[in-house]
Parts: sequence; structure tokens; C-alpha cells
Amino acid sequence: MRFLRLQLPLLLTALAGLIPISAFFISENATRVVWMKDRLEKYMIIIASFAILLGVVNVVQSNIRKIERRQKGWPYGAFLLAGLLGMAFCGIMGAARIGPFQGIGYTPDGGRTPFQYGAEFMFSPLQATMFSLLAFFMASAAFRAFRARNVEATILLVAAGLVMLGRIPFGEMILGGHPFLARLTDWMMDWPNAAAQRGIMIGAALGAASLSLRVIVGIERSFLGVEKSE
Amino acid sequence: METMGFLGPARGGRRDQARAAPVPSDRDVAGLTLKTAEAMQMETMGFLNPDRLNALVLFLFFCTLVLVFISLARRGGRLYIRKIAGLNAIDEAVGRATELGKKVLYPPGIMSLDENQTIASLAVLGHVARMTARYNTELDVPNKDPLTFAAARETVKEAYMAEGRPDLYNDRLVHYVTYDQFAYTASVTGIMVREKPAANFLIGSFYAESLLLAEMGQSTGAIQIAGTAEIAQLPFFVCSCDYTLIGEELYAAGAYLSREPAQLGSIKGQDITKAAVGVYIITATILLLLGSGFLRRLLTIE
Repeated sequence: MRFLRLQLPLLLTALAGLIPISAFFISENATRVVWMKDRLEKYMIIIASFAILLGVVNVVQSNIRKIERRQKGWPYGAFLLAGLLGMAFCGIMGAARIGPFQGIGYTPDGGRTPFQYGAEFMFSPLQATMFSLLAFFMASAAFRAFRARNVEATILLVAAGLVMLGRIPFGEMILGGHPFLARLTDWMMDWPNAAAQRGIMIGAALGAASLSLRVIVGIERSFLGVEKSE
Repeated sequence: METMGFLGPARGGRRDQARAAPVPSDRDVAGLTLKTAEAMQMETMGFLNPDRLNALVLFLFFCTLVLVFISLARRGGRLYIRKIAGLNAIDEAVGRATELGKKVLYPPGIMSLDENQTIASLAVLGHVARMTARYNTELDVPNKDPLTFAAARETVKEAYMAEGRPDLYNDRLVHYVTYDQFAYTASVTGIMVREKPAANFLIGSFYAESLLLAEMGQSTGAIQIAGTAEIAQLPFFVCSCDYTLIGEELYAAGAYLSREPAQLGSIKGQDITKAAVGVYIITATILLLLGSGFLRRLLTIE
């Protein structure tokens, strides 16, 4: 049991980690290693596809339980299940091309299949609605964050103000058409901002490499649900 | 005849253009036939890519350092790691949720297990789950990725078992939401607005939804600890959250919280490498200003 639960997963993790690393340093002529790397990437996609079934089963189970027990918000669970089953039905029937469900995209004459109708007129507008909230949250976050409480916050406030003015035509207009603010904005983004980002990226990359090494040699086991070295 | 050695030729690289391979004639030597250099090139293609040799040296240097410090740490060497405010605040956040009688919300990022940030997030989740088990605080872990969902469930279950509170664990603590980014965001923000968790942990890989989650959590009055290595999302977390783990602090979280010598040793090795990289950058910049691009070419990867 310990072999299946701990040692085998650690062995597979080590192999799955070492093969892509080796493939990076090995020439294209070592086709066997490159083949294994390509295969691993395909296996990952297949495993993820099966894992989605696990997620769907969990969603259905938890919402059915919520409806049965009439827990708070159970009508939303019923609505979710109706949408899930409806789109799944249209998708499966469309993929199998049964009856009026001829595919999951557009029909040859330019019409929409039921699946495409649901995706284009129900799902996409909902996605766009959530994404559009970003504009309002950006404003509220800026209003709260850009205050001159201390030196660093004041620098942030001034920099944000200059960048915002430099990015819009109004900034050029208030200077009588002179592109100074736009150039200053470009300089701030290309030099101090890029330098800071690169510094963080170097640290993060080394941190990721260190974590990857710990995972490959089996020191980090949190993803297996095992906390301490056994 | 030119000796090809272990490296072999690289297709399209600089080195094979510079080399002019001689073409000896076939001859028998002690019963063996030596083929022409071209035929040998075809038959004995090198194993390593010589254009990435510099990267291999750097990689081996890094691995050696990390493994040496892990070994030193395991032998009892004391290793110092600086305080990370966000990780020290985990106790405070869970304690606040316990006092208020509200839940702890922990979205572990939106990417799958092949992302390092997700693995780092699961390490922190294990620690948070142990605390919620100890204090009998409700935990909610909504997931976007199914593989992460499976791993998170195992992590939380093991944490509750390790704390001796298997009675408090149930499968509803860790649940799957949906694979779509904004549908997941809508669900998590809905949980925040309806159930008003006292503590939010936004640790892992986040993209456009980072600001939505952080701002919504901030509006409900929760204490928020965020952590990501996504550079573009860090400003949103810094503005909206009480504590933010930036880049490498997230990856060091598992080592910091567990205090395992082996893990702390890897952090030390990583820090030494970072110092070496810093020295290299400064030296290469000075040399470049003086007209020498030697150091820059040394670590250029084809």
C-alpha cells in the first residue's frame, strides 16, 4: 500500500520531471528522449480530460445533495444542473450528429446549432459581464490605493498619475500637443518598471526551479497529500 | 580525422559552421573500417546539444548547490530564513475566522498541477487545513482545475487526519466549481458576498480574475493573504490584499511553514544562486559598457 501511495507516485514524478529537462539539453538526434517528452505531454492532456469527469461528478453530486436537503440557495443549484445537463445534451447529440443536432458549431448554411446558440448567446455574454467588472474594480482599487499616506504611496500615486495621463490623448492636449508625457510614460514602463519586473522574475524563476528540484527528488510531497517526509 | 567526442554536431549551430571536417579515405585498420567523417557524423550523432552547454553548466551548478545545502541541513546545520509577513499572518487570519465564527476561503489558483505555483499553494493549504482542523474552523476550497481538486482534497484530508480530527473532515470542504475562468470567478465571488468568509487565501496562479477576487474580498471586510508569481497580477494583490507573497516567497512558503531542514537547505541554495546571478549581471553590464560582450555571450542560449 505504501508503495502505491507514496513510492510509485514519487518515482513517476521523478521520471516525469527528468524527461522534459533532459530533452532540453539533448540534441534532436536523441529521438527516443524527445519522443518520450512529446508522449508525456499528450498523456497529460488525456489524464486531464478524465479528471474533468471527476469534477463534473462532484458538481452534480453536491448540487443534488443541496436540492434534496433544500439548503440555502438550492434553486441556484437546480438552475446550474439544468444548464449543465442542457449543454451536455446539446454537445453530445451534436457531436454524434443525431436528428436536428448537426454538430456543435455553425451549420454549413451559416446557422447555429443548439450548442453554438447556447455558447454564443448565453455563455459568452455572461463571460463578458464578469470581465467587464474589472473596469469598475480597477477604479475602486485605484481610489483606495493611490493615497499619499507615506513616501512609497506618494511615489506610487505620482507614477500612476503620470502613466495614466501619458496613455490618453488628454495628456498631450494639456501640454499643447507636446508628447512629453507619452515619452515619460514609455520611459517609466521600459526602464524602472521593466527592471523591477525582471528582478521579481529572476527570483521567481529560481524559486520555481528550487521547488521543481524538491518535487523531483521527493522532498516536497504536498501535492500527494503527504506533509512530512515519511 | 576530427574527434567528435561526446557533444557531436548541432544542427544549424554556430560551431559546425566554423569547423572544417577533413575527409580521409576509407582504410582498414586491424580489421575495422574507418568511414569518412561525414558518415561518422551521420552514425554517431552527439547526445548533448552543444548550443545549450552553458545552460547545462548553470543548471548543474544550481542543482549541486541546492543538494549540498540540503545535505548540510540534514546533518543538523542551522539555516536562517528571513521573516515573511504574509506567512506569519496565516495564524492571525485563521484565528480571526475562528473568533468570528466564519469560514476560511482558500481558492488555490486556476491552473493545474503542472504549474509550480499550484504545488506551492497546496503546501500552504496543508498548513491552513491543519489549523482549521485544530481550531474547528470551517474551510472552503473551491477549485477550477480537476487535477488540483483531486490533489487539494487529498491534502486537506491528510491534514485533518494528521491533526487527529477526521470527524471534522467531509468531502464538501473541497469542491469542484467549473473549468471556465470567469464562471469560477463568479462562483467564488458569490461565496464571498453571500457567506462573508473572515479570511481569504488567494494563493496560487491567478490571471484576470485576481482583481475581481481581491476587490470583492476586500469589500466584504475579510483579511486577505495573497501570493502569486504572476508579475502582471501582483500589483492588484498588493493594492487589495493585506499581505502579499511575491514570487519566490510563494515558492518558499512550504519550506518556511514546515521548517523541514531539507526544504530550508534548498532555499539557501537558491539564494546563493540568486546572489551569483546578481554578481554576473553587474559584472557583465560593466564589461559591456567597457566594450566586451564576453560574459553576455557566455550565457546566451541558442
